Amino acid sequence: MARIGVFICWCGENIARTVDCAKVRDAVAKLPGVAHAEDYKYMCSDPGQDKIRKAIKEKNLTGVVVAACSPRMHEPTFRKACEQSGLNPFLCEMTNLREHCSWVHEDREKATAKAIDLIRMMVEKVKRDKPLQVIKVPVTDRALVIGGGIAGIQAALDIANGGKEVILVEKEPSIGGHMAQLSETFPTLDCSQCILTPRMVDVAQHPKIKLMTYSEVEAVDGFVGNFEVTIRKKATSVDWKLCNACCTCMEKCPQKNIPSEFDEGLATRHAIYIPFPQAVPNKAVIDRTVCTKFKTGKCGVCQKVCPAEAINYEMQDELVKEKVGAIVVATGYDVMPCGDIGEYGYGKYKDVIDGLQFERIASASGPTSGEILRPSDHTTPKSVVFIQCVGSRDCAKGIPYCSKICCMYIAKHAMLYKHKVHDGQAYIFYMDVRAAGKGYDEFIRRAVEEDGALYLRGRVSRLYESEGKLIVKGVDTLSNRQVEIDADMVVLATAMQARPHMDKLAQILGISYDQFNFMSEAHPKLRPVETSRAGVFLAGACQAPKDIPDAVAQAGAAASKVLGLFSADELEREPIVATVNENTCVACLYCVNACAYGAIKEKEIRDRKGNLIKTVAEVNPGLCQGCGACVATCRSNSIDLAGYTDEEICAQIAAI
Amino acid sequence: MSTQTEAKEAATNKGTFEPKIIAFVCNWCTYAGADLAGTSRMKYLPNVRIIKLPCTGRIDTHFIIKAFEEGADGVLVSGCHPGDCHYTSGNYHARRRFAMFRELMDFLGLEMDRLQFSWVSAAEGAKWTQVVDDVIKKVQKLGPNKKFAGLKHD
Repeated sequence: MARIGVFICWCGENIARTVDCAKVRDAVAKLPGVAHAEDYKYMCSDPGQDKIRKAIKEKNLTGVVVAACSPRMHEPTFRKACEQSGLNPFLCEMTNLREHCSWVHEDREKATAKAIDLIRMMVEKVKRDKPLQVIKVPVTDRALVIGGGIAGIQAALDIANGGKEVILVEKEPSIGGHMAQLSETFPTLDCSQCILTPRMVDVAQHPKIKLMTYSEVEAVDGFVGNFEVTIRKKATSVDWKLCNACCTCMEKCPQKNIPSEFDEGLATRHAIYIPFPQAVPNKAVIDRTVCTKFKTGKCGVCQKVCPAEAINYEMQDELVKEKVGAIVVATGYDVMPCGDIGEYGYGKYKDVIDGLQFERIASASGPTSGEILRPSDHTTPKSVVFIQCVGSRDCAKGIPYCSKICCMYIAKHAMLYKHKVHDGQAYIFYMDVRAAGKGYDEFIRRAVEEDGALYLRGRVSRLYESEGKLIVKGVDTLSNRQVEIDADMVVLATAMQARPHMDKLAQILGISYDQFNFMSEAHPKLRPVETSRAGVFLAGACQAPKDIPDAVAQAGAAASKVLGLFSADELEREPIVATVNENTCVACLYCVNACAYGAIKEKEIRDRKGNLIKTVAEVNPGLCQGCGACVATCRSNSIDLAGYTDEEICAQIAAI
Repeated sequence: MSTQTEAKEAATNKGTFEPKIIAFVCNWCTYAGADLAGTSRMKYLPNVRIIKLPCTGRIDTHFIIKAFEEGADGVLVSGCHPGDCHYTSGNYHARRRFAMFRELMDFLGLEMDRLQFSWVSAAEGAKWTQVVDDVIKKVQKLGPNKKFAGLKHD
């Protein structure tokens, strides 16, 4: 005979405001099989949990229903409390009264009736729940980090310094990411490359880090602690064991007008190239999409001139399989393509550039060696207009979010410009200045007070070229005046966006992503680096716009989660797995096709003499992920899913 | 009872009929989407009862028949968008199964507005409220499910 305890949480007033908890308690106390019902202000608090522990012992409960918040929030809390009192944790279930009832309804009477219904359904399920034992699986203590920007570099170094092996995969020929392109960094104006390149070298030299650049993740199989990752090593056409970065090939390559990705199109590179002088690894790559040899079959100059004989046109992409226990996603961001914003004349006027292009112009390693020069005629601009929130916070552009870093980097640009062009004037059109961060507001003040940046609160309405000048018409809403500026150069602070095809990567990884293709964290406040898939963590701007300190902090957090995961030899997994009833299974094996994990195999049952009695399907609980696709496919009703059995679900349905 | 008379009855009951809708949702996308609607304090009609499953691929069509048998006035099935399934392909199984099952239910005379399939991701709290309100309003127009309720033999 079932003896179920029901515990109704007020959640302060989050639930109690809309749901009459006392009425719910009295109603569910009368349900058949309910031996105990009580309500309390905060069930998740220690005294609340104590009530559950006490009731289990005193009333000898066989199951527990906690009607509170989402099980995504506190199911582990309450299951642990039950376990402490000797009740199998899988005999404890939650009814979601907060997210699915009190927060979304206003009518108290109807919400209360719904709460009673929801609890009744769950009571019927718990009555039929079976005690389950957690499954223990071994852990491969080796991590994969996807993306070699500052977040990926930091995560890889932190994990490797913790003594665990790391594979760092980067799709470009070199690690470094966007940070390698920056000139100086806010709010201290450190030179970006000076602080980044030593870390890049650390990665290359670390005995625990296996660096795989010019590579992409193609597939991820398995589960937490036991992933098998397929990585495509793209053909570089250069044997990196032989290449010594002498650059002779580049000097002779006839294809020399390819816009450089690293210099954001402000300079050119060759078809065979090293992305930038401090690249790690410092090895050449042939861009096959533009190389004459690959397009026409004629050329082959680089092969002839290479003193190390490293050029290999026959090289093929290679698929490498690696076993890892955890994955850190650190794929970073892109800036919004300026072509999407026609109104500011980007692409039409050469001297309208985006923020990353300004970084390259200001950078000592950039196309102008750090001298601020206009792209059109290489003269020094005497007045520069910076436009903030280009794309960002603009629902018409489909980007309602704030890109977070632009206020700061535009102030930095204005300062760098003034430091190099002393008689120049920077104008900044802004909506709001958002400078929340250590030393950030002081930095903005410095730009205004010491470097004379002129902030104009308003939008730019029109931008056109006239007699070599860019005429910027806008409004200053604080003085309520129209403004017209004859600018020599215009810098657009375009929105930060997710990298293209991030939805595809999220699908490969089996993690959630939002409508902007940023990766979703498991909980916005309490689990900011975890994802919906156990063992997959996030770092940096792949999750949301972030600056360098935030990206580095999150990378460290992700690394500590990975190291925590690796600290045990075995992992505990929820025993939500499918089982086959061998008596009724007819070995049609439809389930084998339904299983996405290859967890089901044919099994022969033989007698002692070795004669075949029958063939059945068999589930490998180590591989089974508990989706239940096989259960719904089974024609003879011979497979069931622990925790979500047909009986349990039908009982819930019948209780409406 | 014919659909017409039922519809008439529904019209008379207009405003008072509170249907019960069972929603079979997957744990990873739609359940989380419904959670998001909650944390964002979006409002929707209270007639829906969620049953959480690991994946829409777990939904045996007999759950839906059972729901109508037990007196549910409408059934909503919702999971991850195509391509986003936490279990790679469970929602594709569900979609195929559902396409066939819908035709069968249509043949059996179920009003198709009582049975809805949708994709709601973990980021789509607002869509969840729309889908739920939409189904409830459609079912309210149809009136109570009398055709299938009570078919169950004891």
